[in-house]
Amino acid sequence: MMQRALLVAAMAALLCPWHLVAQGNNALDAGQITGNVQLLFQTYQEDTLIGAQVPPSKTGFNAFGNLIYTRGNFSAGMRYESYLDPILGYPGRFRGSGVGYRYANYSKEKFEITLGNFYEQFGSGLLLRAYEERQLGIDNALDGFRIILRPTDGINLKGLVGKQRLDFDSGLINGPGTIRAIDGEINLNDAIDRLASSGTRITLGASFVSRYQSGSTISKDTLVLQLPNNVGSWGYRAQIQKGGFQLMGEYVRKINDPNADNGYTYGDGEGILINAGWSTKGLGINVGFKGVDNMQFRSDRNLQLFDVPVNYIPAITKQHTYNLAATLYPYATVVQGEVGWSAEVFYTIPRKSKLGGKYGTKISFQYATASSLDTTNLTGVEGAVDGYVRNSWNAGSELFIRDINFDISRKFSKNFKAKYAYFHFDFNTLATPVTTDYKGIVNANVHVLETQVRIKKGHSLRTELQTLVTGIDEKTGEKQDKGDWATVLAEYTISPHWFFSVLDQYNFGNPDPDQRVHYLYGTVGRIEGAHRLSIGYGKRREGIFCIGGVCRAVPASNGFEITFTSSF
Amino acid sequence: MIRSLSLAFVLIWSFGLFSQDIPAIELKDLSDMTVDTRAFVEDAEGPVLFCFWATWCSPCKRELNNYADLYPDWQDETGVEIVAVSIDDPRSMMRVKPYVNSVSWDYTILLDPNKAFARAMQVNNVPHTFLVDTSGEVVWQHNNYADGDEDELYEELLKLAE
Repeated sequence: MMQRALLVAAMAALLCPWHLVAQGNNALDAGQITGNVQLLFQTYQEDTLIGAQVPPSKTGFNAFGNLIYTRGNFSAGMRYESYLDPILGYPGRFRGSGVGYRYANYSKEKFEITLGNFYEQFGSGLLLRAYEERQLGIDNALDGFRIILRPTDGINLKGLVGKQRLDFDSGLINGPGTIRAIDGEINLNDAIDRLASSGTRITLGASFVSRYQSGSTISKDTLVLQLPNNVGSWGYRAQIQKGGFQLMGEYVRKINDPNADNGYTYGDGEGILINAGWSTKGLGINVGFKGVDNMQFRSDRNLQLFDVPVNYIPAITKQHTYNLAATLYPYATVVQGEVGWSAEVFYTIPRKSKLGGKYGTKISFQYATASSLDTTNLTGVEGAVDGYVRNSWNAGSELFIRDINFDISRKFSKNFKAKYAYFHFDFNTLATPVTTDYKGIVNANVHVLETQVRIKKGHSLRTELQTLVTGIDEKTGEKQDKGDWATVLAEYTISPHWFFSVLDQYNFGNPDPDQRVHYLYGTVGRIEGAHRLSIGYGKRREGIFCIGGVCRAVPASNGFEITFTSSF
Repeated sequence: MIRSLSLAFVLIWSFGLFSQDIPAIELKDLSDMTVDTRAFVEDAEGPVLFCFWATWCSPCKRELNNYADLYPDWQDETGVEIVAVSIDDPRSMMRVKPYVNSVSWDYTILLDPNKAFARAMQVNNVPHTFLVDTSGEVVWQHNNYADGDEDELYEELLKLAE
């Protein structure tokens, strides 16, 4: 019945403008509809060597269709979703077809009201971020009411109440917790007249986020502990810009949140994020510090991983895109707590200089690292209740990730470009469990050579040659984890409509000779403006897969994949 | 029910509602100034090219680096203004300004860290490029980028300049 009611409501919203045409005698009065569609169909063949499994349905199909109707200050939208049955790699419990997102919004200069589903972010998201990463199956949209007030220039106030998307079974299923949140932000230059012409721009913000979830009791040793009904978190932030200089800082705290991530302990959560940058024509520098301690916050205290996160804790490393660097040891924040920092330099050697060449040469270098927190475990009753105390924001004894990367790229002529990239990872597979084959620190070096040749007008060939070499395990004397890899990619494009690609990922250095497998995958695709169809076939290892500029997390698979995306 | 929905769809299509104008979304630029996307198009003297990109997206950077070489000529000949809309989330948002300055892009850069503008423009993935005429209507768009795609775009720009 709910499903039917939603469809009727959607149809009414869509039919509404037709009447407006008749009343207004002007097609412009009828408003505007935009939309997009994304279809993904996959077949599966069993391949025990690479761990590719065949689900009972033999095929997977995910589809998403968005419609937004806009007329003047009013807009309404919905997303129809299908999981028949879900593509492997998406939350397996997603089932059926139905409306997974719907909203109505009214926006004026001074205020905005949204009812239904909405996405939102306070500051950098450390306290609240509702967002969608469809390729990864992540969607924690809020479902409720939100009001945004802009009483005067430079002041922005937000208030919201809602539940978060958790699941999908022929329709949206929200998590149990209720989120209440307020956020205020002031840009001093816009709000205070005498600062309007200042070259230094300052924005300050503060937020409070709370969750209500009915509590009960839990037992630990001989203790019976009450789970709080309400969790509170709050934070402050500032951003300063002056010419090429930028500084951003955010500080957050959280109380009353025993949950599955922290072992149902009652210690306060705390987080700090600082980022500073300076740049001028040809040169950019960025440094960052992040410390988070027990700051994972969810709508349901009993859930983990991707389910109903209220906030977002960014990883200190950058997201890599080359196949071997991106998919074998991708780092993700250790949500229980970590401390890390990063420094990055971008530089362009000027064009027409001896080193820069005719078109200039681009260089970037980054160092990023994250470690465990400096903590002392508590014992007895204190240990059962609070677990540990953090001594400082210094790095603890356990390294989680060290990521050093460098790249240099140069356009040699109108028809030829090349890029070399190097990556070094010291990656703790116990902190980020991307593999079950190795427990400890993997030391990996990745080299990439990318070339791009324009063969004739509209025809170009892009190639990537990559190797990943892991270190030697001191105990066994063998290669760490799955050993060495090589990837070859060739992508031929006939602009603007066709692309063809072949990718071979070869685990030539696996300590187990039987696992020295070629993962060969071919793709052909056609693009017509905002419409894109691609058909792929072959083997893919588990990890994050990127081709043609699009990335998606996938399990090991062997078979066909057809994707279609369109916007209108 | 499905039949009714299909009928509604056909009726709406036949009345020409499926056009795309630029929605009014407030975003910050790299100087921390607030920019209203619709007002930006209304104030522009020529066509506007919205390019959705991210620092982690290689084809996006190839596209915008290639346009950078051609941009002065395009501006002279067609009056186009390029707006590069970054969808970098909090993980990489602060990398945008140092990167952009290091490669000397002469574009307006807007930050869309939670994809409010991207969603309103029906962007499925990046790169996605929209050419908007002086009346504010999207007249051409392209999803994905490969070297040479700028040739088709240039022809579209010339059409608008006629």
